[in-house]
Amino acid sequence: MAARRCLGLWFFLITLCVVSTGADVLHTTPVTGTESSAAGTETVVARELPEAPSDPGEHTAAEPTREGEQNDRTRGGEQTLGQPTREEEQEQEKTREGEQTPAQPTREEEEEEEEQEQTRGEEEFTREEEEEELTREEEELTTEEEELTREEEEQTREEEELTTEEEELTTEEEELTREEEEQTREEEEEQQTTAQQEEQTKRWEATELEEEHVHDAAVPPLAGDPPAADPPSPPPSKDDFQEELVIRPLHSGDIYASFQFRTVWDADFMGDQKVSHYRLFPKSLGQVITKFSVRELHISFTQGYWRTMQWGQPYLPSPPGAELWVWFQDTVTDVDGTWKELTNVLSGIFCASLNFIDSTNTVQPSASFKPLGIGNVTDHSFLRYATLPREIVCTENLTPWKKLLPCGSKAGLSVLLKSEKLFHSTFHSQAVHVRPVCQDPQCRTTSMELRQTLNVVFDLHTSGQGKREWSLFKMFSRTLTEACPLASSSKVYVDVTDNPQGEQFELSPATPLLTQAVVLGDRRTYSVYDLTQQASFGSSRSLNMLLRWKNSHNNVVPPVMLRPLLHSERYVAGYGLQAGEIHTLIYNHHPYRAFPVLLLSAVPWYLRLYIHTLTVSSKGKDNRPSYIHYQPSKDRERPHLLEMLLQLPPNSVTEVTVEFERALLKWTEYTPDPNHGFYVGSSVISALVPSVVAMDTNSTLDRPLFSSFFPCKEEASYFMRVYTEPLLVNLPTPDFSMPYNVICLTCTVVAVGYGSLYNLLTRTFQVDEPSPGLAKRIANVIRRFRGVPLL
Amino acid sequence: MGLLSDPNRRRALIGMLTRMPVDWLVRTMQARGLEVYTQRFSRKLPFPDEDKERYMVKGTNVYGILRAPRAPRTEALVLSAPCSPGNENNQAVGILLGLAQYFRSQIYWAKDIIFLVNEHDLIGMQAWLEGYHHTNTTGMDWSPLQGRGGSIQAALSLELSSDVVTSLDLVLEGLNGQLPNLDLANLFYAFCQKIGVLCTTQGKLPRNDWDTTSGYSHAVQTMMLMVLKQASSRPWGDHGLFLRYHIEAASIKGVNSFRPYKTDATTVGRLLEGMYRKLNNLLERLHQSYFFYLMPSLTRFVSIGYYMPAFGLLALILLLRALDLWVQLSSPPTRTTEDGVEVVPASPGVLSILTPLVISHLTGVALYTLPVLSQELAVEHFPVSETEAVVLTAIAIYTAGLALPHNTHRLLAGEGTEQGWKVLKLVAVLYLAVLLGCTALINFSLGFILALTLVPLAAFITPHVPKTLSAVVMVILSPGLTLLFAVFFFQELQETPVTLQEGWMLYLSVISQGILDHALYGSLLYPLAALLVYPCWLLFWNILFWK
Repeated sequence: MAARRCLGLWFFLITLCVVSTGADVLHTTPVTGTESSAAGTETVVARELPEAPSDPGEHTAAEPTREGEQNDRTRGGEQTLGQPTREEEQEQEKTREGEQTPAQPTREEEEEEEEQEQTRGEEEFTREEEEEELTREEEELTTEEEELTREEEEQTREEEELTTEEEELTTEEEELTREEEEQTREEEEEQQTTAQQEEQTKRWEATELEEEHVHDAAVPPLAGDPPAADPPSPPPSKDDFQEELVIRPLHSGDIYASFQFRTVWDADFMGDQKVSHYRLFPKSLGQVITKFSVRELHISFTQGYWRTMQWGQPYLPSPPGAELWVWFQDTVTDVDGTWKELTNVLSGIFCASLNFIDSTNTVQPSASFKPLGIGNVTDHSFLRYATLPREIVCTENLTPWKKLLPCGSKAGLSVLLKSEKLFHSTFHSQAVHVRPVCQDPQCRTTSMELRQTLNVVFDLHTSGQGKREWSLFKMFSRTLTEACPLASSSKVYVDVTDNPQGEQFELSPATPLLTQAVVLGDRRTYSVYDLTQQASFGSSRSLNMLLRWKNSHNNVVPPVMLRPLLHSERYVAGYGLQAGEIHTLIYNHHPYRAFPVLLLSAVPWYLRLYIHTLTVSSKGKDNRPSYIHYQPSKDRERPHLLEMLLQLPPNSVTEVTVEFERALLKWTEYTPDPNHGFYVGSSVISALVPSVVAMDTNSTLDRPLFSSFFPCKEEASYFMRVYTEPLLVNLPTPDFSMPYNVICLTCTVVAVGYGSLYNLLTRTFQVDEPSPGLAKRIANVIRRFRGVPLL
Repeated sequence: MGLLSDPNRRRALIGMLTRMPVDWLVRTMQARGLEVYTQRFSRKLPFPDEDKERYMVKGTNVYGILRAPRAPRTEALVLSAPCSPGNENNQAVGILLGLAQYFRSQIYWAKDIIFLVNEHDLIGMQAWLEGYHHTNTTGMDWSPLQGRGGSIQAALSLELSSDVVTSLDLVLEGLNGQLPNLDLANLFYAFCQKIGVLCTTQGKLPRNDWDTTSGYSHAVQTMMLMVLKQASSRPWGDHGLFLRYHIEAASIKGVNSFRPYKTDATTVGRLLEGMYRKLNNLLERLHQSYFFYLMPSLTRFVSIGYYMPAFGLLALILLLRALDLWVQLSSPPTRTTEDGVEVVPASPGVLSILTPLVISHLTGVALYTLPVLSQELAVEHFPVSETEAVVLTAIAIYTAGLALPHNTHRLLAGEGTEQGWKVLKLVAVLYLAVLLGCTALINFSLGFILALTLVPLAAFITPHVPKTLSAVVMVILSPGLTLLFAVFFFQELQETPVTLQEGWMLYLSVISQGILDHALYGSLLYPLAALLVYPCWLLFWNILFWK
């Protein structure tokens, strides 16, 4: 293990060197568009308002907030004038920012100052920790000096937001035809907005719709860079950064926090011209993508197993250990070689053992992993998928992950990401997804999207001391004081679906903003805290959300098992070290609908699957898969790959079993800890699951009758991926201490017995003469001269 | 005996036995933050078990899984406590629940911990283990398990009948004489020393005076107890069934004797916590230490390297005897007839050898199958219960085998020759050598006890020794009577001597338990004795009465 880490570190160092040399070049690039004025801000806002989308409901709701923000900003500006910025000495990169965007840092400094008063001790602690990161941070920030012109952005941002959101939903569902889906999406979205508006008039006075954060998102960059500053050079590609945190209280009393950081860059990595100017997009990753012609890259590191039965579905599922899947561009000729190099480089970037990915654990799934971005690629020879179920995720993986963020761990939501708390959790998963997305509705050009996610679940009993009361501070031992200055949108969502009237728990500080979204087939309601607005932080200048459950007499509620529509289980059956059987159970808990799932399992070669023993049965009957893709293993070369398309009958358990034989390895092939067992990576179940919303037949929702007769097509099903448990299988293991004992014994016998005997037999014994005296020696010298024999 | 012959009474008993508070356990475990599942099972015994008063067994196992934080469900540890009615074992579940609550709030777990409360002790445990590993070796009905924790690394079973204990006893002997890794015993001992609890094995305190005669005999007694327990091939605690699945397991029994110094439940909890933390920290399965050992005390063990030569010397007798016979057969003594013509005696026909072999094995098959099959018939015709019927049928068939030689010879074509018995004895001796050798490799104690009784008789039996005396000796050394002596010897060693009458009743119940162990858990002693050892002994009996 130590050796593996060392190797990882070595690669990491190399990559750092590469990055730093690249950054040096960047220092010399001309700085453009740094002038700005407060007047510009006002004009922009004034111009922006009439251009707002033609939805009157939204408009009125949004207006007061914008005014408030404007006030904030002006007040912030005044304060900076009167007050010397002593923080600048301390935070070097802040100054740099200050030069660029005079309007924004004022607000920021104000917060900064206040934060320092509050948490000076903390700050010092973090600074120590982050000093090593500083150099790297600076490099990144120099790239920001080339400011971007934002006129286009103002116009297209709104559309872009819409399309990208559509993208998120649609791209997941690759199995269905895309055109159909998109139509339904549009319909559904319309329907949703009307439904929401209806409800709005009833309950939520100050409800902001999801679409509306487009406006909020547009404001901060406007303030920063005025459109008045005309670009001296052809406009460089635009980039945009958004951050958000979703907090979901779970049924079991645990709490789930999901961070998402999204950087979209309109650069064309696939094009001919080299991309060399990096601003928000991490250069280390961008270079890798360019060099290895990566179309899509998905990498996740997970410590722990997502407990579907207790927690429901995660926003982004991932298997325990490390998972990496990459779609290469079709220009790549030697895919395997590129894949090998790529894994080694990524291993350096993320400080992980990804370099252990080789042909024995790489597969090419034929159906399970379709590209999530745009592009209709069907040739799965450009896809590589590998998992390392044994990978242990810890701080050394988190730090490089955080460095990919534009704000690092200095500002915004990422200040919460402190490893001492993140790794004191029940589940920890961090991921990086890179994919091409549409730039505009017509999808004429593509942008690169980098999505960094981090999911963490805090346990009620260990982290929460058994008390059902959660706050940001309790979870992360930090509070939020500001948004990332580079982010166009920075929000915290709290899932309050189960708490519409506040009868379950109390959320403080209360927020007037609510939003609805259909997540994983279920309509959820969220309270929204917009960090780009000063009002979110309240008078204490820091945001520390507190969720306190009402029934204080019964703090610990017994965890009730959920019945998720789709979940699975996998185990090894049998005993003894010769044979065994892998059982995969897939549960469909839907009361009346059958749905298809794709099951993928990659099994290492040392479990020799007997594919003729493959049985699939549901409800006691044989269930014939409609599609089977099986690639047999080759010893020491490639694993088994089994993909099946199964139809799950409603309310059933489908059992897939296959027998295997445990191979006897060569003695050098055993790991250093062979008696620990050998891992078999998680199976992947990809499914289109009928959504809960569509399932709701008894119409408890107050929907008009005319809308609820036909089974609604809207949100009829959603894409979901479920990972099973990895398996730990013991192989027949020789007693490695026995050869050692034998070697020791033999060596001893040889050394003591044979050695001394041989010594005795071959040695010639001579009588040792006492050394001659001085007189004799002199006499001998004389005799030698004379040529007379010595004495 | 005869307790369950009345069907009404039997039904009442069954009703009384299914009393585990399943719902309460589920709720309590859930309140402690565990993932709780249940498993139902049912089993119809081949014949009523009168020791434990059960026949149709229906029950529910309740288990809660403590999921380790940030662990991928690949490894698990098990802590089990049987829940049985009465005061037999009424504190273990309490400690288990207390530990569950404490363990739940700790962050350091790397392996899932399964807290299992099993009903109907070993039957429930068997059902759970078979369900967990999805095997079915004994034909039990169980509902499939819903939650699992990956491969189980180690297990402890807890048996406590009082809230204070004076000492803790470690039970290691499992099914078919399997033993857990010695490191588990070492771990237990180390923690007992650390916490300051008296710990014993076989209920005997370790002594330090090895040099004195009394100390030595104490150690020998402890070891003999272990040998007898191991030879019995039955699980001596709920842990015994884990060993089949390569899970290191032991039972910890709380003993409350009249010693003044008592230990409370908290200390037992601390001990268990310590042991689980140690097991939790293991990177690999326990594999580095001994799996074959005998323990004269908890601190000392006799390794396989020391005891195997003793057995090897015994087996050597058989091999030398076989060699001797081989040599005699290959150079037959020529007999000079009256005419002075040397006549080489004809080698015996295949039939004369095969007939006794086949007939004695058929007797063995009868002994294996008939008792259970014919219980209905026996109950109809004789005033006995099913259990008695089974045991007595077995004894009857066993005794009837003694009449075999006379019947065998009726089938033989001619008269048995001198050469004939020698060939038969050669076959029998080699048969016994192979049989004992294999048995000793699997279950040393059983092999050794059988060797002690069978080897002398195999060495000296010929048709020419005094018939009556030899017959008496042979019957005394026969496997059946060995078992009877072992029962008395065991009671003597346990310092609970029994009268002849009690001993006989105990003997009968031991036979019935042996047959039940085979049917319920797959213990191999009964088929081994009936199908192989007894026929082998019959061959020698045949030789003695060779005509």
